[in-house]
Amino acid sequence: MREVAEEILRIENLHVSVEGTAILKGVNLTIHRGEIHVIMGRNGAGKSTLANVVMGHPAYVITEGSIFYKGQPLEELAVFERARAGMFLSFQYPAVIPGVQVGTFLKKSVTSVRDEAPKGRAFRKELTAAMEQLSMDKSFLSRYVNDGFSGGEKKRLEILQMLLLKPHLALLDETDSGLDIDALRIVAKGINEVAVDSACLIITHYQRLLDLVKPDYVHAMINGAIVQTGGPELALKLEDRGYDWLDVTA
Amino acid sequence: MTDEAQDVIGDYRYGFHDPENSTIRFDQGLSEQVVRDISELKNEPQWMTDIRVKAYRHFVERVMPEWGNCDLLNMIDFESITYFLRSSNKTEKSWDDVPDDIKNTFNRLGIPEAEQKWLGGVTAQYESEAVYHSIREDLEEQGVIFLDMDSGLKQFPEIIKKYFGTVIPYSDNKFSALNTAVWSGGSFLYIPKGISVEMPVQAYFRINAKNMGQFERTLIIADEGSSVHYVEGCTAPSYSTDSLHSAVVELIAMEGAKIRYSTVQNWSSNVYNLVTKRAVAHKNATIEWVDGNIGSKLTMKYPSVLLKGEGAHAEVISVAYAGEGQHQDTGAKVHHLASNTTSNIISKSISKKGGRSSYRGLLQVTPKSSGCRSKIVCDALILDENSRSDTYPTMEIGNSTADLEHEASVSKVSSDQLFYLMSRGFTEEAAMGLIVNGFFEPFTRELPMEYALELNKLLELEMEGSIG
Ligand SMILES: Nc1ncnc2c1ncn2[C@@H]1O[C@H](COP(=O)(O)OP(=O)(O)OP(=O)(O)O)[C@@H](O)[C@H]1O
Ligand SMILES: [Mg+2]
Repeated sequence: MREVAEEILRIENLHVSVEGTAILKGVNLTIHRGEIHVIMGRNGAGKSTLANVVMGHPAYVITEGSIFYKGQPLEELAVFERARAGMFLSFQYPAVIPGVQVGTFLKKSVTSVRDEAPKGRAFRKELTAAMEQLSMDKSFLSRYVNDGFSGGEKKRLEILQMLLLKPHLALLDETDSGLDIDALRIVAKGINEVAVDSACLIITHYQRLLDLVKPDYVHAMINGAIVQTGGPELALKLEDRGYDWLDVTA
Repeated sequence: MTDEAQDVIGDYRYGFHDPENSTIRFDQGLSEQVVRDISELKNEPQWMTDIRVKAYRHFVERVMPEWGNCDLLNMIDFESITYFLRSSNKTEKSWDDVPDDIKNTFNRLGIPEAEQKWLGGVTAQYESEAVYHSIREDLEEQGVIFLDMDSGLKQFPEIIKKYFGTVIPYSDNKFSALNTAVWSGGSFLYIPKGISVEMPVQAYFRINAKNMGQFERTLIIADEGSSVHYVEGCTAPSYSTDSLHSAVVELIAMEGAKIRYSTVQNWSSNVYNLVTKRAVAHKNATIEWVDGNIGSKLTMKYPSVLLKGEGAHAEVISVAYAGEGQHQDTGAKVHHLASNTTSNIISKSISKKGGRSSYRGLLQVTPKSSGCRSKIVCDALILDENSRSDTYPTMEIGNSTADLEHEASVSKVSSDQLFYLMSRGFTEEAAMGLIVNGFFEPFTRELPMEYALELNKLLELEMEGSIG
């Protein structure tokens, strides 16, 4: 008999507004360790809002409902504490930090999340291995964080961070957008690695990632609510038919 | 320490002070007699006494600048300042011979350690005079002269007489007049023809006494084809009354020579820092001012370069950090006085907690100077609503062949940047510190590594407890 895996994320009746406008209108979602969940939906449906609010972006206000991470109400945790507790968000639009070298940033980030400075040589080895896996040239380390990066390079840097930070909950917001075919394969491999032992929430518009990363559940989000949940077949259906047929249901 | 003093100190790490053990201390206040007394005490040649007295008379007549932060300037009480304070009777060549309390101070500031590791020479000035001075033997053998200015005047009076005040005459401004009248200490550095000094030489200026006035005078001459990197650091204890630091720094780069002058000024927030720095670059010479202003109450400083010889180049990279109660009025002035001269000015400022930073720049191209190029970039970062940044650029372009670029930006830290970093485990303060370090990076990367690390740490500390 299969043991019930640990509950990582539980979202209950979540309502969220931004600058007074309601965006999420009653989202329910539970993710266990080892599960891959996918959210699909039209532009503006509220997918990034969901990912951001889970990570604690201050612009998003929870007006009703709650979020639990490993059973603990999230409102008690500041953003950096969420990161240190094992939550990770791969941004749809990662911020540019001028003048801060990727190498410095990664080391400091790993240090804060692990709560101890990684050993110099061991860390370099780990970093080199992860970068090789993502086919990232060493020269990235001396570039400034996301400054002048191409769309695909930004996404690779997000995944590199995920590999180093080894989160228990990975929220991946359109990490596949803008990736070439080779990069998509590489990134998918990275996600699969992390997904073995973590909870994954993948936001995507395309089936092509799901050919490489097998989801356990696919959710369709319409207008701030999850209106349909299914297995991998739902993604195929959405790709085939779009979202209009769901409007009736919603 | 009194509560009042503690309030002023805040997070300032160098705010400690030692008991005052002076051997000679002048009464507070300034008069022609004080000026003559300083000169006599130092046993100076008559011509120096005469310059001092002339400068003093000019200082008395000269009105305060009517620009910049006049309110703060007019609060300076020249009568409450101590103009000369000797804390050790000799300039020592070995740290062992420096009086213990002073030696401990410099130990705490990490100077002897830095000297051993990576410096070619060190002058440590405490109050009015150098207490320690040394230069690596190999440099001395090559003919490099590195002395405190008082010793320089004694040992090389003819060189000093020839160049003293030629780049910055006492009549240049009220504070150059004051400095010329009461100067004491500073560095005299001469690099012979064709010699490249690989390791930086450093001067460290420490004010310890209350209401102290420090007026060092520095003259650097790089002879033809030579090069040198001079580094200057400064700190003071935090008192609730003000101190005045008013230096004059003159640089002369002969044909093909290169001088880089790096400063990390970290005065406590009760120090007026009113400094005149100017350089002359002859044919194909290069002057680089790398100028960081982190501390002080009011800084007014505009490192200048006179590009006198064809093909000369000026580089001015400056950063200013204005925290609570601070005004950093800084900038750069470049005069293209010959053809095919080039300049590059980068200025970066951060204002926080009501601090104010101003960029004041002058770019001049004279009518006979053709084919000149200049690029100016001014970026300001404002960390909160109460803080302020202004720019006052002046351009006097007399030759139409000049190729000029000017970019300016004012920005705020975006909430998306903060959120991104916090989602990677950084606290808000650490995130702010990283963004600030990144903003200053074009400056820090020009510093010797040890300074860069120190500056980054300093800025991170400045960001602590600043969010709320
Ligand atoms: N900070 C904000 N300020 C104002 N409006 C916002 C903000 N963030 C999101 N919104 C609005 O909320 C709605 C949902 O945005 P969200 O980014 O969550 O959509 P999405 O489902 O991720 O879309 P896409 O597929 O285009 O990425 C949009 O109408 C968007 O304009
Ligand atoms: Mg989105």
